[in-house]
Formats: sequence, structure tokens, C-alpha cells
Amino acid sequence: MDIIVCAKNVPDVAEADLNISDKGTDIDKEDLVFGINDWDNYAIEEAVLLKEKYGGTVTAITVGNEDDEEVLRRCLAMGADRAIRIEADDISRFDSFVISKILSRVVKDLQFDLIFTGVLAEDDYYGMVGMMMAEELNINHANMITALEIEDGKARTTSELEGGLGEVSLIELPALLTIQTGINEPRYVSILGIRKAAKKELKTIELPDLGISDEELSPRTIIEEAFLPPETEGAEILAGDPDKISSDLIEILKKKGVME
Amino acid sequence: MSELFVIVEHRLGEIRDITFEMLWKAGELAETLSSNLTAILIGHEVNSIAEKISDRADKIIIFDDEGLKNFNADIYKEIISRLIEESKPTLTLIGNTSWGMELAPCLSIRAGLPLATDCIDIISKNGNLIAQRQMYSGKIFANVSFAESDGYILTIRSGIFPTDRIGDRQAQIVQKDFPLKDITVKKNFIEFVETAAGDVDITQAELLISVGRGIGEEDNITIVKELAEALNGILSCSRPIVDKNWLPKYLQVGTSGKSVTPKVYIAVGISGAFQHLAGISGAGTVIAINKDPKAPIFRTADYGIVGDLFKIVPVLKDKILEVKKGG
Ligand SMILES: Cc1cc2nc3c(=O)[nH]c(=O)nc-3n(C[C@H](O)[C@H](O)[C@H](O)COP(=O)(O)OP(=O)(O)OC[C@H]3O[C@@H](n4cnc5c(N)ncnc54)[C@H](O)[C@@H]3O)c2cc1C
Ligand SMILES: Nc1ncnc2c1ncn2[C@@H]1O[C@H](COP(=O)(O)O)[C@@H](O)[C@H]1O
Repeated sequence: MDIIVCAKNVPDVAEADLNISDKGTDIDKEDLVFGINDWDNYAIEEAVLLKEKYGGTVTAITVGNEDDEEVLRRCLAMGADRAIRIEADDISRFDSFVISKILSRVVKDLQFDLIFTGVLAEDDYYGMVGMMMAEELNINHANMITALEIEDGKARTTSELEGGLGEVSLIELPALLTIQTGINEPRYVSILGIRKAAKKELKTIELPDLGISDEELSPRTIIEEAFLPPETEGAEILAGDPDKISSDLIEILKKKGVME
Repeated sequence: MSELFVIVEHRLGEIRDITFEMLWKAGELAETLSSNLTAILIGHEVNSIAEKISDRADKIIIFDDEGLKNFNADIYKEIISRLIEESKPTLTLIGNTSWGMELAPCLSIRAGLPLATDCIDIISKNGNLIAQRQMYSGKIFANVSFAESDGYILTIRSGIFPTDRIGDRQAQIVQKDFPLKDITVKKNFIEFVETAAGDVDITQAELLISVGRGIGEEDNITIVKELAEALNGILSCSRPIVDKNWLPKYLQVGTSGKSVTPKVYIAVGISGAFQHLAGISGAGTVIAINKDPKAPIFRTADYGIVGDLFKIVPVLKDKILEVKKGG
């Protein structure tokens, strides 16, 4: 079972105070901490689990700059055999369409039974690279996978639908699956593990060497303006020390009829 | 006259709300663009679904066939790309749902049309099309324009537009056939599976205390559980808590979990991603405890507490027990 996993390095914005960059089309990322896209973390884990069961290889791929190699090192530490980075200093000039073109071009030359991407990237929230690749490569596909089994050269997949419903399908390999969070429990990666994995192959490909036409590298969507959410009335903030806040909150709970 | 396409989403014989929401927005756009609004309905025995939207579109194109009983992105893609080729619609709207997220990117490549996903608004000004969407977990909004093209595909976030009828239309029904045997089906539908029910039903709760990723570690959930117990409320959670297997799926609130309607919903360490908020739109009063003043949850909550949950929750619990004992 040869598996390719596409993974992206994304900034953690959970508790960050975001500012719009000078250009006005993205955020300032200088002070942010980057890490593997949550969905891709589940995707690499799923690939490694399958490899441990059936043998084969796992290849991790990213389109990004040198700093983004961090995401590949993590994948290697988790059990990938080799990694490929397509050098692109500023991927924000690309949209997901272009990224999918680049990734498709690279995987065309590789051997694979399965390709995994995440359902979506935490930063751009597009959720389209995976299925665009499937169409580009003309291979079978299934979306938002929360359970996966391999039987007789076929993948038995459960796709998550709204409202807690799952859709079970059977598809022939090779196939591209977009992996949903919760499908497994991604293993812990230690600094030592990352250091040990440094011996593994990490190849860099220059974008021009892929021979993709300029036309294909021109984005179909352009961010004209990025901005902070428009002001809304918002919540009434309860201020004070925990004691005062608690008293105020208890009054509210009483008023709303959920506390005597 | 130019045309707008809306792809009807339905499941197990029921039309999905997202279809009405798309028809609302498309109805509005059809006015500004002086376009015809065409709904595309693919399925089997779908007349009752067509009836539900007959006053919301100018035309309904129906593909009805036994082989179309279940959604299949490959088949939808073939049928719709052929229709796009024939009528060159300015816009094709698809729900940003699990099915739509599989279909739209495939269709975009197949038909060679630009795609913007998860749009929360569509603005057409002086012939320019702008899609509004969110990035970075809803903390940033973006206006997106498109490369020049004959048409565009947009997927629409659920729960943004009204489900009401807009304008006055009487749909012409057009039945069409598609040579299904020409399509190699690459994915075979087996069955639907439901989340196992648990010992509590959060959809029935009057008071929910919900825990999110801000809790940090599994063992810490105890403090939120104790708060729930002190209040005689029910413990629920956001998705990451279920993904980590810390709590069972039937306690999850949101699009892929349950929609809840408590009198009061207390969100502890939950950022307020739209997939979560979609599950609490029916809640009476929402109270959020979060240490990030910019967390999107504060935009929808009625009351907010900006601070460390580990400092607030235990004090709140003690105070509640004290009040109860005293009262
Ligand atoms: C198809 C799909 C379906 C989905 N369905 C659902 C769904 O049904 N339900 C759902 O919930 N999500 C769903 N999600 C996931 C959703 O996008 C978010 O990832 C998720 O809701 C985030 O959960 P959270 O708020 O608990 O975590 P985070 O977004 O990580 O937020 C944690 C919050 O805790 C705060 N915090 C951290 N430490 C503290 C502290 N000490 N004190 C106070 N606050 C603190 C942080 O400031 C942050 O705001 C879905 C996603 C997809 C793609
Ligand atoms: N620059 C990138 N390098 C490698 N994989 C990517 C990149 N961008 C997106 N992906 C993959 O595509 C998925 C969906 O991304 P998106 O369509 O941008 O939301 C991610 O989860 C990754 O698996």
C-alpha cells in the first residue's frame, strides 16, 4: 500500500490577536506559531496506520517555503518514509486551484494506491484542493472520511454528512480521500523523534522544473481585501474578579429560569 | 437572458434547508442581474421536492432515474457540466455541505470554471462579482474576486441566508434524461449509518454546559462536569473533544453533531466556529467563557466572560453550591 499525504503548515490563530498586513489581502504572520494543519495531522496518522498494517510506503508532500519543511519533518517523525517539498516562497499568491495543479503534477510521477488530503486548511478554509486533485488525476474519490477499511483492493469509507449521519461507500483503488478530524488519534511527536527522522529523505523540487504553464499557475480566485469582522453588538461582558463575575452570572441564570 | 443555476440538495426524500437558502440568495441576485433562476433537481421520485420549490425558481430541470437515487459526485458532475455547457449560467450555486464539498471542486475542474467555497455573501456590482467568505477560523473576512470567465461556481455556507421565498415565480418543469450508462460509477453507495444514541439526549436539555478545546486536557473536563452537576445541567461539548475521544459523539453540538435548543447554553473554552454556532442558533441565552476577547463566540453570545476558565469555573461552581445550600 503506497500512500501519499498532502500536508500544509498553517499559523495557529486560536488565541492570537490578528492584524491585517500592509497589502490588505492577508494577515501579518510574523509573530504567529506555525504547525501542521489539524486535518493533515489526522491524514498522516491514517496513512502510517495503514502502512503499519499492510506494509508499503508513505510519502508526505507540501508546497511551501523552507520554514514549511517543519511540517514534513513532523510527518517523517510520525512514520512517513520520505518527503517532498515543492519550493514556493510565497504560497499566498496561489489559490487552492493552483496548489492542486502543482500537487497533481508531482503525484502523477509517483506510485500510489491512496492519496490523502485534509478536508480543509485552517488558514484559507477553502476545502477544495483534495477534490480538485482527484478530478485532475481522474481517480476515484470520497470526501470527509471518518472511518476507513481496506478490503480486496477496495476502500470501504465512511463519509461524514450533516447531523451525525455517515455514508458508507465502497470504492476501487487508486483513490483520493479527504480525511476528517477524529478518524484516529494522531500519535505524539517528540523533539527527539523529529531529530531522529532527519536522516530520512527530504527532496526539494523547484517549481519551474515541473513544467507547468504560466496559465495553469494563475489563480482563479483573488483575495481583494481581507478585513477584521464587522462590529456587531456582541456579548455583554461581565467584568470584575471571579467572585463578582460568579455572582452576576448566578443572577442571570436565576432570571433565565435555570436556577432557583 | 442570462441564467443562474441552483443545485438542489435533498437527502432521504427530504429537501435540505440549504436549498431554500441558496434559492433565496439566487432569487435576490436574479433581480439585480435580470437573470432566469433555474433549479437543477437530480434524484429518483422527486416530484414532491420539485413542488416545494416551484414558486421559487423560473425553471426546474429534473433528472429522475432509479440510478440517481443516491447522491454521487461523479454522476452529478457529468450531468451538471453538460448543462453548464448548454446554457452557460453566470453562476452555479452549490451547498457547502459534505456532498457539495465533493461535487463543487470536481465540477470546477471539469467545467473549467473558477470556484469560491463556503461563501457567506455574493455581491454583484457593475458587472464585477465578489464573493465574501471567512478565513482563519472566522477571525478574518475576505472579499474574493475571480479571473475572467463565462461563469462561476460558488458554494454557500449553511444557515447564512433566509429559508423564505423571495419574489414571485412560477417554475416551468423540464424533465430531462441522461445516458447514465455512459458514466462509469467509481463509488458505490452501501448504506447510511447513524451516530449511536447515548444515555442522555442533549437536544432535550434546558441547560447545557459545553466544554471545548480550551480545556486542554482530558482530566480537566471534571471541573466543567462538576459545574454542570452543581447547576443540574447537562454536559455537552465541541467537536475536538469528541475527536480526541474524551467524550462520546452524542454529546457533540454543531453541524456534524446535534442542534440544541436549551434555555441557557454556557460555552466554556469554545472559540465559536460556525459549525459549532450552527448547532446553538436555537438556544435562548448563550454565555461564553473564553480568554481570547477576539474569539468569534463573543459575537453571538449574549453574555461574555473574558478570562481563564480555570480561574472562573471552580469559583462559579462553589458559589452556586453555596447559594443553593443557603437558599
Ligand atoms: C465539516 C466540518 C464539520 C464540523 N462540525 C463541527 C461540529 O458539529 N461541532 C463543532 O464544535 N465543531 C465542528 N467542526 C470543527 C470546527 O470547525 C472547529 O474546529 C471546532 O468547533 C473548534 O472547537 P473549539 O472551539 O472547542 O476549539 P478551538 O477553536 O481550538 O477553541 C478553543 C478556545 O478555547 C479558548 N481557551 C484556551 N484556553 C483557555 C482557558 N484557559 N480559559 C478560557 N478559554 C480558553 C481559546 O481562546 C479558544 O477560543 C467541524 C468542522 C468541519 C470542517
Ligand atoms: N500548500 C499545500 N501543500 C500541501 N498540501 C496542501 C497545501 N494546501 C492545501 N493542501 C492540502 O489540501 C487540503 C485542503 O486545503 P484547502 O483546499 O486549501 O482548504 C489540506 O488539508 C492539505 O491536505
